[in-house]
Amino acid sequence: MTDLLLSQIKPGGESPFGTDEYVVNMGPQHPATHGVLRLVVKLDGETVKETMPVLGYLHRSIEKICENRTYPQCITYTDRVDYVSAMSVNLAFALATERLMGLEAPPRAQWLRMIFVELQRLASHLLWMGAFAGDIGALTPFLYGLRERERILDLFEMTCGQRLTYNYIRIGGVMIDILPEFVPKCRAFLDYFEPKIPEYEELLTYNPIFLERTKGVGVITPEVGINCGVCGPSLRGSGISCDVRKQQPYLFYNQVKFNECLENDGDCWARYKVRMNEMRESVSIVRQCLDRLEPGPIETKLPPILKAPPASEIYSRIESSRGEMGIYLVGDGTPKPYKAKFRCASFSNTFVLDQLTRGWKVADIMAVLGSLDMIVPEVDR
Amino acid sequence: MISGEKIVQLVSGLLQQVYALLGLSAYAGILDRVVCAVVMFGFVAVFVMFLVWMERKVSAHMQSRIGPNRVGPLGLLQTLADAIKLTTKEDVHPVKRDKIPYFIAPILAFVATFMGMVVVPFDNKMVVADLNIGILYIIAITSFTVIAILSAGWSSNNKYSLLGGFRSAAQIVSYEVPLVLSLVPVIMITGKLNFSGIVQYQQQAGYWFVFPQFVAFVTFIASATAEANRAPFDIPEAESELTGGFHTEYSGVKFAMFFLGEYVAVVVSSAVAATVFLGGWLPPFPFLGFIPGFLWFMLKVLLVIYLIMAFRWTFPRLRVDQLMDFGWKVLIPITVLNILVTGFVVLLAGKGA
Amino acid sequence: MLEQYGYVLVFLLAGIFFILMAFLTGWLLSPNGLLGVKYKYKKEVMVDTYECGVETYGTSWIRFNVSFYLYALLFVIFDIETVFLYPWAVSFKQLGMPGFLEMIVFIAILLVGLAYAWKKEALKWE
Repeated sequence: MTDLLLSQIKPGGESPFGTDEYVVNMGPQHPATHGVLRLVVKLDGETVKETMPVLGYLHRSIEKICENRTYPQCITYTDRVDYVSAMSVNLAFALATERLMGLEAPPRAQWLRMIFVELQRLASHLLWMGAFAGDIGALTPFLYGLRERERILDLFEMTCGQRLTYNYIRIGGVMIDILPEFVPKCRAFLDYFEPKIPEYEELLTYNPIFLERTKGVGVITPEVGINCGVCGPSLRGSGISCDVRKQQPYLFYNQVKFNECLENDGDCWARYKVRMNEMRESVSIVRQCLDRLEPGPIETKLPPILKAPPASEIYSRIESSRGEMGIYLVGDGTPKPYKAKFRCASFSNTFVLDQLTRGWKVADIMAVLGSLDMIVPEVDR
Repeated sequence: MISGEKIVQLVSGLLQQVYALLGLSAYAGILDRVVCAVVMFGFVAVFVMFLVWMERKVSAHMQSRIGPNRVGPLGLLQTLADAIKLTTKEDVHPVKRDKIPYFIAPILAFVATFMGMVVVPFDNKMVVADLNIGILYIIAITSFTVIAILSAGWSSNNKYSLLGGFRSAAQIVSYEVPLVLSLVPVIMITGKLNFSGIVQYQQQAGYWFVFPQFVAFVTFIASATAEANRAPFDIPEAESELTGGFHTEYSGVKFAMFFLGEYVAVVVSSAVAATVFLGGWLPPFPFLGFIPGFLWFMLKVLLVIYLIMAFRWTFPRLRVDQLMDFGWKVLIPITVLNILVTGFVVLLAGKGA
Repeated sequence: MLEQYGYVLVFLLAGIFFILMAFLTGWLLSPNGLLGVKYKYKKEVMVDTYECGVETYGTSWIRFNVSFYLYALLFVIFDIETVFLYPWAVSFKQLGMPGFLEMIVFIAILLVGLAYAWKKEALKWE
């Protein structure tokens, strides 16, 4: 693929004043590609003529490994699919397996799952906010984002002992019940956190330079967004309703009140705004979940060996922090999945990059890439 | 009372005796200059180290961190440790480089700004050489950095470096114009090009130029920030786009020289701002005159530097075309307008009086 | 007055000298320098051009986009303006209103030029 791209380069010969085309690698070792994404960028001066993501630098063949692991073992690998939002992937896989086998988690487990997934969404969006601002050149919000994220991770650590790869949401329930002090601590965090969101907005949202850099940049029109399979907050920035939590409610999302955040412009700023508003909604969802939390079992009784029915298949999707997270499982009557496929939001979102950056400047690649909230392990898996 | 003038007299008297002792009195003129250069280099090195520490502390404070606190009291020696680390680093350079410009670039980057320190007046008479065209000189000398950056970018044979170098060239030449124009109103009022003369004018007039010429002060700070390649105008080394920009391929001491040069450029611009707009060594109120002038001067320089640092840690970075637009379509018209308005006001006031 | 420029010359030479000394110290102390630690490494990898860890394609010395040069051209014009402005500003008060009016005409011509460049989108980064 890369060779194909490189072979098309013309040494700008047509006119005596033409510019030579300039092919620059951004990544895999680059400070702004959020991991080891490699972008091959064709430039004319500062103007981008073509952007091509080159994948595979973080490929760990998780889908293939899952074929050789039993269903409960697979959960561990799902953590690594998206380590910034590991709870969501845990949940996606656990839900898919439960649906495949006709199980259901008890209510308390469902509420706990919702609490943790929404907290995870907060943590992920906070990190995204910092990284996005950092891509644009403002380094300070990153530290602010991490400061709050730490407190969320503290809550996770208190519950499951882990800070990054939790392995917490299991098939048929959750790993362990929360501690008695979790609820007050979580409430304290929410009370602390909610006034912080306007603070970040003050710092960034109407900052003139931030507006210059994001308004009208990287516009995803609704058609392009749908045709390219863009999903999640990135698509909601274009005004298209695509929240799985609303469209196909799982867990108890139909029992809590929340709004789907939509913006109409489809530019980087709209995507930023969608995520900022989503943080507010997440806070309110966690509050409602904490109110509804009642004592009870946290796990269903599972058979000693989990087996999928023969020749069964399921596609189950959830709304992860980055967008639609789909899991496609094929069972063949053995304890191991015959086929596991992860449909990750980052993968589909990354490939709209070329269309968004053509004709824009080098700096806009980073702004657009940042605003799409892609994360490399999810792209490569 | 200590004043810069007395210190200078004391030191030069002492030096004369030392020369006499060594039997070198015949070369006193040259030796004086060499001593000046050595002292200034020592001052610059120490002050830049302090500034790097200050920048870290300021950024840490703004980002609710602690900042360096391990090496030395309050982490003050952190920069020294970094300097030693950079010195002992291996000098890795790409084979495909263009050798001579690659070697000259870090030297030029530092020397160009270092020479600007010649005319910085720390106190009354406490100045290396009070050139009668001080402002013109400092502007001419400091814009040599563009050649350093351009040659660094070109000679590294690295795509990021080249992009950074070109960006920097376009940026520095664009912001040179508003920088120069923003100083013109002050010269129109004072009729002087040397720094001491401008400060003396402010002393007689009883006000600092920041008050009547606030627009000029703001435009000057903005374009000086751009001249020194500092955020939000740091596109030549925008690390999220071009990794290191023009100094991607430099390591060890050579990288340190670019770093030093950038900070000296900040010091020089802040010194110009402090002298021209903030009254140089003058105390803000006459009864504070017991504090020596050079302390006031340093305080003002640090104030301006703090302002520039605060910009860096608050604002996102501009895009290259927006940067050019800001320079050509906002700053230049404003500065030209400022010149015209100042001219009218001065002439009308002169007529009335 | 001229002997003051001796300082400038000395600063120039001293600056270069200091930098060379720093280079020398660096060379002495650095690994594989005269006094530094000796070690072996794959030189050809180490001295390759950095491009995010992949091999570079082609040279980086190419014909570059013209938009950078447009600014340089504009700069030359405006820098000459400032060369005229400075002596005028110094003697501004002696020249009085006539001098000021002449300078307004001069600046106006330049501003027309700027407006023309603006209109022609020379200031627009293509």
